[in-house]
Amino acid sequence: MRETLAVFRREVRSLFFGPIPYLVIALFGGIACWYVIQKQLFFVLRQANLDPLFNFLPLLCAFFVPAIAMRMWSEEIRGETLEPLLTSPLRTRHAVLGKFLAGLLVVALCLLSTFSLVVTTASLGDLDAGAVTGGYLGALLMGAAYLSVGLWLSSKTRNQVVAFLLGLVICFFWTMIDGLGASAPSGSLGALLSDLSISGRFRSIAQGVVDLRDVAFFVSVTAFFLYLNVESIENRRNA
Amino acid sequence: MIEVRDLVKWYGTRQALAGISFQVPKGQVVGFLGPNGAGKTTTMKILTGFLAPDGGTATVGGVDMTADPLPGLRRIGYLPAGNPQYAELRVVETLRFSAELHGLRGAARDAAVDRAIDLVGLADRRMQTTGTLSTGYRQRVGLARALLHEPEVLILDEPTSGLDPNQQQDMRTLIRSLGRERTVILSTHILPEVEAICDRAIIIHEGALVADGTLAEIRGERSRGVTATLRGTVAAAEAALRTLPDVTAVEVTPAADAPGWVRARVVGPTDRDACERVAATAVAAGLGLAALAPDTTSLEDIFAELTRSAEQEVARA
Repeated sequence: MRETLAVFRREVRSLFFGPIPYLVIALFGGIACWYVIQKQLFFVLRQANLDPLFNFLPLLCAFFVPAIAMRMWSEEIRGETLEPLLTSPLRTRHAVLGKFLAGLLVVALCLLSTFSLVVTTASLGDLDAGAVTGGYLGALLMGAAYLSVGLWLSSKTRNQVVAFLLGLVICFFWTMIDGLGASAPSGSLGALLSDLSISGRFRSIAQGVVDLRDVAFFVSVTAFFLYLNVESIENRRNA
Repeated sequence: MIEVRDLVKWYGTRQALAGISFQVPKGQVVGFLGPNGAGKTTTMKILTGFLAPDGGTATVGGVDMTADPLPGLRRIGYLPAGNPQYAELRVVETLRFSAELHGLRGAARDAAVDRAIDLVGLADRRMQTTGTLSTGYRQRVGLARALLHEPEVLILDEPTSGLDPNQQQDMRTLIRSLGRERTVILSTHILPEVEAICDRAIIIHEGALVADGTLAEIRGERSRGVTATLRGTVAAAEAALRTLPDVTAVEVTPAADAPGWVRARVVGPTDRDACERVAATAVAAGLGLAALAPDTTSLEDIFAELTRSAEQEVARA
């Protein structure tokens, strides 16, 4: 655990050395606010709910989270700092976890950047606090799942751009299979796709009903990709 | 302390290691020599558990580095080839991070970092980011990293590469002093470095071990014979020396600077007793003996001979 913390701190230090996290956080908040405000103006200004935000978040995260994750392993591989890291006495899983937590911090800051919308909307009327809490909790779980995908892809290549694009494609489709499910002719296939869909799971949490099955879904997806990440790093020894 | 047996490693279709074996006892400083691409770095990466071999074993302090290297890594200080570092971290941050990975915390961590910084002479660069350091200072950061946890074993991949002659000298002095109480294995292709620092040299070429021993032993094995300065005639000297066993050739020439003396080169015998036998034979034949020495070959000659032979054979064919 101490090693995890060391990797976490190092990763945060390196992340915030460059402009990327600031840019990502500012863009994330900016785009979310712009989208919600123009939606709200189009529809009913007086309606105090954040549905437009939470409907938009899966897509926004699918785009931004791979950008946060892309450099985390690729940079170590390209700069060969992977060697001193892995020849230090730490378990690969601790290194993976430290990086994951550092990424999660940036994801959380991205979500936090949309909080002005909550304040604004709350001033317009009675805001359902449960739905907002559920929405942000769900968004964090969703972000964690995307992050674990992005982190795993980053461990596969020395090229950040490749990691980002693959992450974007996977996260995007994973968000969208919900829509495929809705248009599927067979009901059971549709239900299955909806069960597997990140946006479907997210929507059910964001409605303010925190179902443990939905939480377990995100936690298992995250754990699975973190496991793949550990395997992928350890398999580099056989290169 | 270090034991390598039948190590084999393939990179795709290219064989990097073709079954090398050696042992390094505790406290020895070993120079790992070979041309670029000989397999030095690969061996070191396997010894630190960064790469898994395709065959053979590598143990450090009794820990199998090919299975779970973690307990072994606590006892190894490693300077990887090229000395990669996080360019955006300050020197002190780099070292703190490494210390933390070695389980050092708080005051113990800071004390270890300070000690390592003092040891390699980085005090005036503590707060500089490693990306802006010169090669010499970067190399010191790498060495400080390797020394933080006071390891018993140091594995240094080309520690003097990229340094200017003064820095090389400093680095050698430092390694020499570190080697007093540690087991050190360092790779290089600078031969005087091995002469200056190492108790022993291991020369590898194309993934195979071609020589292993103290520098005196490697020279001895390779020396071609004995040269003696004798009083007497050319004919008498030749006649006497040809009676020696294992002699392939005897060349006797009159000594240019001393009339009545000859210089005799006895080619063939390579063992330690060769000088003694030449002396006994010469004296028994009534030839006055003034000087006697086994041929010394420079390490450069040996290195060239050991590592070029394959190419030359190809060229000749």
